[in-house]
Amino acid sequence: MVYKKRLNNRGFEELRKIEAKVGVIKRADGSAYFKMGETWAYAAVYGPRNLYPKFLQDPSRGILRCNYNMMPFSSSHGRVRPGGSRRAKEISLVTEKALMPVLELEEYPNSVVDIFIEFPQTEAGSRCAGICAASMALADAGLTMKDMVTAVSVGKIGDKLLVDLDYSEEAFADAPVADIPVAYLHNSGKIVLLQMDGLAKKEDLSKLLDMAKKACNELYEIQKKALKSKYTETKVIE
Amino acid sequence: MNDALKDHIKLLLKSDMRLDGRKPLEIRKPLKVEYGVVKTAEGSAKVTLGETEVIVGVKMELGEPYPDMPDEGTIIVGAELLPLSNPEFELGPPGIHAVELARIVDRGIRESKAIDFKKLCIRKGELVWTLLIDICPLNDAGNLQDASAIAALAALKETVFLKLEDDKVIFEEKTDKKLEVKGNPIAVTIIKIGDSFLVDPSIEEEKSVEARLTVSSLEDGTLCAMQKGEEGALTKEEILKMIDIGIEKAKEIRGAL
Repeated sequence: MVYKKRLNNRGFEELRKIEAKVGVIKRADGSAYFKMGETWAYAAVYGPRNLYPKFLQDPSRGILRCNYNMMPFSSSHGRVRPGGSRRAKEISLVTEKALMPVLELEEYPNSVVDIFIEFPQTEAGSRCAGICAASMALADAGLTMKDMVTAVSVGKIGDKLLVDLDYSEEAFADAPVADIPVAYLHNSGKIVLLQMDGLAKKEDLSKLLDMAKKACNELYEIQKKALKSKYTETKVIE
Repeated sequence: MNDALKDHIKLLLKSDMRLDGRKPLEIRKPLKVEYGVVKTAEGSAKVTLGETEVIVGVKMELGEPYPDMPDEGTIIVGAELLPLSNPEFELGPPGIHAVELARIVDRGIRESKAIDFKKLCIRKGELVWTLLIDICPLNDAGNLQDASAIAALAALKETVFLKLEDDKVIFEEKTDKKLEVKGNPIAVTIIKIGDSFLVDPSIEEEKSVEARLTVSSLEDGTLCAMQKGEEGALTKEEILKMIDIGIEKAKEIRGAL
């Protein structure tokens, strides 16, 4: 079957509705939430702070730790058992590697920067929403950053290429589906997350990466606006 | 936390003052309950109490009834002290504080009979609903107990049953049948520092606590669950006084539901 029109009525390069805000978790050093459609990610940054037990410390650079976790009620299927799955562990790992290139961890010897990413609600694309939220939380924490990280999933259904797949598209049964989450460094244009499930030709991938970059540029503007609005919303009292 | 700050908190309380300017029996503002914040849950609520924020979600599952209660479903309350919400929380399986928090909330609801477990029965002795109530703090600025208890009650109040087909749950389809919740049980934690009693403690106050008593009560003032915590000993008179405070404050909180 040909996928002529998206099930959700979006254009093929159209993102879901995005909402972003920083400074949402008061106790954290930096925080943000990022909503992509019905997927809702919170990220909190703690650190750089002392790392214990001490043998984990690295005197040459700080350590970045990421934890991706779905709240027990965040899936539209059954309850998600707390404690982390193999999937959550892997996503934590790739998230960590996607964020690491923007940080100057050499500035924080013997220390750790912790990023906790939590999802009250998910509907596809959670790792991408998590990375967008985490990047904003790092900026909100005031850490030195070389770039911002933005992420989106692109894919192919039948012979159609599209951006920001939702659950109905990931699970589309009547045509083959490829799902490719990508994260870009905004300024350098380099790719820091790339995963792929499904079948696609090299030519498709080339086009899809360009589509992802275009979408990521939009996401970057939203991130930037949210970060700035934390300061512009402050009231001036004379 | 250093001893000087603890001493300062005690000293202020002698003149009925607190670090954040509140009176001893004053609950933080805002106290806000948002219903249905999580669409993937069968029921959910987010409670904001001062800067403390908690989300509670309810999921439903099918199960077999306990042999001694063949016509009753049940509830299971879980709490995770997410390291996202407090710099002192660590990753890992629920520790003793998370377990106590979950059990205080569990008993407040269970013992109040707010939920008729018989109405969770699908086929006697074979099939019942289990309500899985999960507490997830977003920001812990003190008094997670009371905020979680309010959020759990609010989440249950808007919980709807899922569709059943051939004894299988259709997760995508909610019915319009609502869970019945009666009596509005509210938990209020009263803490004792020096000779003073106070409610809705901040993080600093929690660290200075000598004794704490969580009192869950119903609209008509009936007590439905209690839990004494921390190491300080209490006299009978003190406990009765704390109960009075708990029932009085519960009325105020109920107004926000």
